[in-house]
Amino acid sequence: MMGFISYLVNGISLGSVYAIIALGYTMVYGIAKMLNFAHGDVIMIGGFVVFTTVSGMGLPPVIGILISVAACTVLGVVIERIAYKPLRGASKLAVLITAIGVSYFLQNVALLIYGANTKSFTSVVTIPPLSLAGGALVISGETMVTIAACIVIMAVLSAFIKYSKSGRAMLAVSEDSGAAQLMGVNVNATIALTFAIGSALAAIAGVLLCSAYPSLTPYTGAMPGIKAFVAAVFGGIGSIPGAFIGGILLGVIEILGKAYISSQLADAIVFAVLIVVLLVKPTGLLGRQIQEKV
Amino acid sequence: MKKKVWSKNTKSNLITYGIVIGAWLVVEIMMRAGMLSSLLKGLLVPLCMYVILAVSLNLTVGILGELSLGHAGFMCVGAFSSAVFSKCMVQAIPVSGLRFFLAILTGALFAALFGFLVGIPVLRLKGDYLAIVTLAFGEIIKNVVNVVFLGRDSRGFHVSTKDAFALNLEADGEMIINGPQGVTGTPNDSTFFIGVVLILITLFIVINLVNSRTGRAIMAIRDNRIAAESVGINITKYKLLAFTVSASLAGVAGVLYAHNLSTLAAQPKNFGYNMSIMILVFVVLGGIGNIRGSIIASVVLTLLPEMLRSLNDYRMLIYAIVLIATMIFTSSPGGQAFRERYSLKQLLGQKKQTKEAE
Amino acid sequence: MALLEVKDLGISFGGLRAVDDFHMTIEQGQLYGLIGPNGAGKTTVFNLLTGVYKPTDGYILLDGENITGKKTIEINQHGIARTFQNIRLFGELTVLDNVKVGLHNHHKYSTLAGILRLPKYYKVEKEMDAIAMDLLKVFELDGEADYKASNLPYGKQRKLEIARALATDPKLLLLDEPAAGMNPNETQELMNTIRFVRDKFQMTILLIEHDMRLVSGICEELTVLNFGQILAQGETGEVLNDPKVITAYLGE
Repeated sequence: MMGFISYLVNGISLGSVYAIIALGYTMVYGIAKMLNFAHGDVIMIGGFVVFTTVSGMGLPPVIGILISVAACTVLGVVIERIAYKPLRGASKLAVLITAIGVSYFLQNVALLIYGANTKSFTSVVTIPPLSLAGGALVISGETMVTIAACIVIMAVLSAFIKYSKSGRAMLAVSEDSGAAQLMGVNVNATIALTFAIGSALAAIAGVLLCSAYPSLTPYTGAMPGIKAFVAAVFGGIGSIPGAFIGGILLGVIEILGKAYISSQLADAIVFAVLIVVLLVKPTGLLGRQIQEKV
Repeated sequence: MKKKVWSKNTKSNLITYGIVIGAWLVVEIMMRAGMLSSLLKGLLVPLCMYVILAVSLNLTVGILGELSLGHAGFMCVGAFSSAVFSKCMVQAIPVSGLRFFLAILTGALFAALFGFLVGIPVLRLKGDYLAIVTLAFGEIIKNVVNVVFLGRDSRGFHVSTKDAFALNLEADGEMIINGPQGVTGTPNDSTFFIGVVLILITLFIVINLVNSRTGRAIMAIRDNRIAAESVGINITKYKLLAFTVSASLAGVAGVLYAHNLSTLAAQPKNFGYNMSIMILVFVVLGGIGNIRGSIIASVVLTLLPEMLRSLNDYRMLIYAIVLIATMIFTSSPGGQAFRERYSLKQLLGQKKQTKEAE
Repeated sequence: MALLEVKDLGISFGGLRAVDDFHMTIEQGQLYGLIGPNGAGKTTVFNLLTGVYKPTDGYILLDGENITGKKTIEINQHGIARTFQNIRLFGELTVLDNVKVGLHNHHKYSTLAGILRLPKYYKVEKEMDAIAMDLLKVFELDGEADYKASNLPYGKQRKLEIARALATDPKLLLLDEPAAGMNPNETQELMNTIRFVRDKFQMTILLIEHDMRLVSGICEELTVLNFGQILAQGETGEVLNDPKVITAYLGE
């Protein structure tokens, strides 16, 4: 029983990371209507920045994280400006391929700087593990921090979108960017802001991911990126609560699948659940059904 | 500008076949003359494989108009089913030509079967949802193959998903699929010549399909599903048909791949979503729905990193930049306007127009 | 027996009653108009007749056969073809191929015969080409047969849609605002074409239209819809002079 609870907690923790990444995916999708395949690689860059500043330069972890968030925010905006903005109005496929190009680019930049060898990442979390039920259940500091971070981010982001002017502009653009523009919303700035927030979240996710699974390569971000994408679709792409629920569920399914069914098939199980969900609800758990008018 | 399409079709298709045959002749001559490095020689069969993959994916993406990110999964099915077949038949059918022919059929058939089964649920979805589910299926296929252990001894076949010992093979038994280690000792039947023949067959199937009643129905669905329904086109049937044919041809590419290696193992690199995406890049850069473009793009983009080999670590970086720049140049509204203004065709066309005006 | 008989037809979307108690009888060879203010439910009636929506009540008989609740493709095979208010062509296909898609169910060869280019392929394709070209000639589109459909000017796109619908060899042709966006000359020409189609193919035609000149010029009978319900029905002249109809159009 304690084993199950422990797996569940780990699952929620991993799911929290997925949820944070999925938020970035889903916001960008909702507003720019594009699948930002390079999002996962921003996570990896975020991880490397902390690796360099904390492990390499010996800065305190908090400073390292702040630098990483700042760097990724700038990176996200620059990527949008250089690679995606010229393609606004182009076919979806063209944008997708460009995003793939950006993904290759980021991976290879990291490869040039850091090489292909796995770097061991020193956890930035210094909170001691929590021992419950007389030591039968140990929850690591990383787990607690990750879950807490996810909850805080969700709350802040929801409030931001609901109450701030920029947040409501984001909603307006995601609903109908043409109409939003006519109503005086600066669509370009809103999209840039979305990329900035999404990438900042990716940096945080990168730090949390690398603290929990302390190894870092140029390809570290790819699979979590894909999984978070799956989580976003799972919850209904474009929906922020959907990304949260999708992320958590995905993490739990993955960890429980690994523990009880097969560690090699854990990914397959995750993907299979996605397929089942989409077949029952073709636009995800919280996604809106849009019918084509005849 | 009005475009003529139909009358040029046949001619254009003949050119496509001609390019493939011409390229084969040039390579053959260069090979005889010893002008090919061993590196390039090693690339010939993979090149054929990529061309088949790109052309077949174009059937799904360009002709059917659905984004698939799981093409490598069908290639994986083709590769493993045919490798198992060949391995089991090495003794039974010593004639390598016949055995390979049957292996190709096996791979195509199994991939078609998977395409059909995957297509039934997948094609009910739309757009990005469809894309992510194809990706999911591709990953599932790759993962499942990695836990399959298959062996054969005098008592017949044994399957397990645990490990090799669970098969309880007799002393004379033979491992066929060894889990993550995959299949070893598949006969190396793939040759450049067979690869070219398979490309031509793929082209024959895809081009003739597109230019037929069936192809028109498929493209009608792509252009306007509701209108296609209103004139009595069975949407599910034709979507499934296109998807199945596309999967089956990817399976053929898998057969070529499996019989070009001594060890076949399912890894993220060969059968993961990365491969599917790479093929998609070929298709998009070659031009959606443009079969000849797919061929040229797969050859150029496969050779490009190799030609950049002298640049070592920078080659993939350059590849990425070329990819982004090409997409911006060819697909962005700004890039298109630029091209229209300065393209050769336009410059020549303008001359022609002024002449007509006179 | 009437070609089309509709009784008690109705549909609700959520709580909204979009069409209620709709009935209509169209005789073979008739030119019939369905008119009404915007949002009255005219296109919804078309969508019910062609199986895009399943009716919540009522039934539809085509040539005595019950086609209520059947799927769009089945209804097309039973003999109803349509055009759309917002033109829906196969934009990347040629003009000729658009019509040939319409011939799909009447001129068949297998996929395999197509891939292997068996004699049947050439025979049927030749047939299809001939029939499609004849149809295009009716609409004076034969000169543009090789153009991409999306490159046609607007008026010709509307005509091509009608040609494509006719290619499915329907008993009843539904035209959803065929004159939308046309100038008076084009509308006049379209009226002639519609009459010609009716006479040449002995076609029964039901059309939705806002252009009163077109409606009064060619429709023999009318049904007027308002807020999803029938306001008036009958011979064109009478209906158009009905005070209720005039009020609905011009307001109080």
